[in-house]
Amino acid sequence: MTVEALIPLAYLIAAITFILGLKGLSSPTTAVQGNRIAATGMLIAVIATFFAADVKGGVPIILGGIAVGGIAGFAGARAVKMTAMPQMVALFNGAGGGAAALVAILEFARTVEAGGLEFGPTLATLLALIIGAVSFSGSAVAFGKLQGLITPKAFRYDGQQLVTGGIAAATPLLSVVLLASAFFGVANVPAMVLIAAITLLALAFGVALVMPIGGADMPVVISLLNAYTGLAVAMAGFTLNNQLLIVAGTLVGASGTILTRLMSKAMNRSLGNVLFGAFGAATTAGAATASAGLEGRSIRSIGPEDAAILLSYAQNVIVVPGYGLAVAQAQHSVRELADLLESKGINVKYAIHPVAGRMPGHMNVLLAEANVPYDKLFDMDQINPEFQRADVALVIGANDVTNPAARSNPGSPIYGMPILDVDKAQNIIVIKRSMKPGFAGIDNDLYLDPKTAMLFGDAKDAVGKVVQELKKAA
Amino acid sequence: MTGEAIVAAYVFILAIFVGFEVVSKVPSTLHTPLMSGANAIHGIVIVGAMLVASAIPGPVGTVLGFLAVVLGTANVVGGFVVTDRMLAMFKARPVRKKE
Repeated sequence: MTVEALIPLAYLIAAITFILGLKGLSSPTTAVQGNRIAATGMLIAVIATFFAADVKGGVPIILGGIAVGGIAGFAGARAVKMTAMPQMVALFNGAGGGAAALVAILEFARTVEAGGLEFGPTLATLLALIIGAVSFSGSAVAFGKLQGLITPKAFRYDGQQLVTGGIAAATPLLSVVLLASAFFGVANVPAMVLIAAITLLALAFGVALVMPIGGADMPVVISLLNAYTGLAVAMAGFTLNNQLLIVAGTLVGASGTILTRLMSKAMNRSLGNVLFGAFGAATTAGAATASAGLEGRSIRSIGPEDAAILLSYAQNVIVVPGYGLAVAQAQHSVRELADLLESKGINVKYAIHPVAGRMPGHMNVLLAEANVPYDKLFDMDQINPEFQRADVALVIGANDVTNPAARSNPGSPIYGMPILDVDKAQNIIVIKRSMKPGFAGIDNDLYLDPKTAMLFGDAKDAVGKVVQELKKAA
Repeated sequence: MTGEAIVAAYVFILAIFVGFEVVSKVPSTLHTPLMSGANAIHGIVIVGAMLVASAIPGPVGTVLGFLAVVLGTANVVGGFVVTDRMLAMFKARPVRKKE
């Protein structure tokens, strides 16, 4: 047996480690191990591939590429702050999509040169190219939006549907032209010209797809693009007739699809609605009616001293964290506040909305970073019945997920989205930088509730001041 | 359909079922690490990139091949390291000091 004959065996082992790795992620105690098992499998697969006949001439290119990509990936992953994790995942996802698209282009060019185009593999190549390129440019836009490089708002212009629809139609159309000219002798256009045009169109489609989606929906988008990259990799596997790529890509495609569905469900919207959203359109109408309500009524603003007093006389406190907490890096201050309250015998729990922050589980990760025990974090369904027993609900940088309009106002664009029943608590303290609406772009009736007190300021500063006041009082 | 293609199709279909089965049990607490971990796994495209890196001779082919390997490696390394960092926070909780 030659070394090369052992490569498929190494790939099989790698495929098993990927399944075990995903399985390990189903529990916090086995997750670290699972991730490392998958990483080991990846290493085995890469080392084995060096012995493949196709690789021989490319070793210098490959080693150079691994050095550059490895250093960039490692440095980026080490340097990124926990709050910026979603955009980092978007970035790495885009890299994978781009790689899949490039693999498709190279494999296509090689087959054209060898004169051995076959219908099935060519179709798979086209799919890998298109899906990979959409994922690449879409992830780049998602990264830009989350990083604040481009407007996180839904970007809309006149005739947008026409343009997006045109690109969406032209991409498969050109693919059909390519297949027709390559296999049925219908049109006679050079294949590489068509491939270049299809690549550009797919890249444009990725941009057109993500630009009109608002920042609040980015988690769903990243999850979807993650599934796309998985699918693109699986298609590249079909092209190269490589089982490992098919298995790994498909696993990711399936997991990404499940996550995307869970998230859409948590927002009570269909995936189609997220992507081609009535959200942006409805926002204008909803905002108009809501702001009419805002002007007539008044809000109650308090200082940190009052907030500290309110908290220190409570029995049960529920903390509702949101993106504002992430931006301000307030998770450690919040933990300190909770410790202080607990030392006074006050019961503190955390209410985690499924889409709080910018990713599912985003708040869990941040609070875990600050050493908040995870048995204190509660899902929406678990915690909602408890709000009416809570003396104080402390909302830190969360907005849309607490808006009672989702329950009561059928005209609101978020109507029907499951929310945290914060308004049922005896008292509500909202820590917020300003009265500006959240990512959904609508006003929050919660702030007008007579039970609600607004504590304006940066989440970290405000919580820090409350902590000081509590210490003074003690 | 060739024999190879049908085997590939079997693998594809079975992997869909395994993927759904394994992932549907993941608790929401771990959704972010899961997304990130899955993200690292599709970095397997690096193997594809290695196989075609030198497929096309000449500067254009070399540059594209090099880029494919760079992107694939960044996906793999970045994905696993980020996931590891996230998961490290879920590990054994330090005992809280009483003051």
